[in-house]
Amino acid sequence: MASTYEKIATTTLGSAGTITFSSIPATYTDLRVILNGKNATASDYIVVRFNGDTGTNYSGTNLSGNGTSVSSYTESNGTKGYWGNYALGSSTTILTLWTMDIFSYAGSTYKTVLCSTSNNLGATGEVLRTVGLYRSTNAITTILILNDGSTNFAVGTTATLYGIKAA
Amino acid sequence: MPILGTVASQFSGKPFSSFESIQTATVGAGGTGSVTFSSIPATYTHLQVRAIVKNTANDNEGIRFRFNGDTAGNYSFHRLFGDGSSATAYGEANTSYAGEASSSNSPQTNIFSAFIYDVLDYANTSKYKTTRGLSGKDFNGSGNIFLFSGNWRNTAAVTSLTILPTQDSFAQYSQFALYGIKGS
Repeated sequence: MASTYEKIATTTLGSAGTITFSSIPATYTDLRVILNGKNATASDYIVVRFNGDTGTNYSGTNLSGNGTSVSSYTESNGTKGYWGNYALGSSTTILTLWTMDIFSYAGSTYKTVLCSTSNNLGATGEVLRTVGLYRSTNAITTILILNDGSTNFAVGTTATLYGIKAA
Repeated sequence: MPILGTVASQFSGKPFSSFESIQTATVGAGGTGSVTFSSIPATYTHLQVRAIVKNTANDNEGIRFRFNGDTAGNYSFHRLFGDGSSATAYGEANTSYAGEASSSNSPQTNIFSAFIYDVLDYANTSKYKTTRGLSGKDFNGSGNIFLFSGNWRNTAAVTSLTILPTQDSFAQYSQFALYGIKGS
């Protein structure tokens, strides 16, 4: 059988900044992004935009645990998808792992994503699972991953985009 | 593949030979009461199902998983659940399905729920089978997310997997894709 999990692109930041995957081909069924990194300054949320869309077309529902309690939160009509929790700040050597699965990204319905964020500092840490919705029927051709406060990811942050193709 | 605003490595097109598509089912007009992947080969280490789902009903229906046609009480599962305002935990023992995911409602025309469901070491005939899953749906202001695990108390290799809604049917354009993941 044919292999159906392919790396489309990967990047490692050489200077603090955001991460963009562009010109994404429509030849897969799903997309998966894996990011391992930290923030350039203080901790800040990992957020997402598709196709350069800054309209209020993003929403999400999450479930999180921090070692003491669990909680759930929903976000509606956002100008970006709040689909990741904190990328840890530059004061630590510990990286945050964030993944995002985008289902039927080239289809003609709204786009549902499933994300996970994990970080641990020993005595503190958090796991987060998020379902997100992007209310657009356009195929996703560009993914921008940034921080909520425009604080940028730190040098060395790595992100890889994969394509998964069903038979 | 151009990557804007970044430097360092860029790579395109290398396949991962350890992740293969086995079967895909897309629901046609009128919906279907269940989806079954059968004759699953034992040549992989793990299985993964990736799906987008709608239900034909107006209710919040779940999605359940069964193996090898076994409808007896040989399953159990636990889940964490968040609905945007609170988080809860739930479990069932001696039940007839291994895990429950969330399904999108039919009135949400353009919105499908999504899930990823893993069946670990599915062909090992000396172990009960452990599963895990993540699913969710969001309707811009409401939604839910499930993180769940399950167990099938049977040492037989999994050769068929049935996915069914708790009530009613899966709606048209729901799509289920079964993948095999090889070990080293």
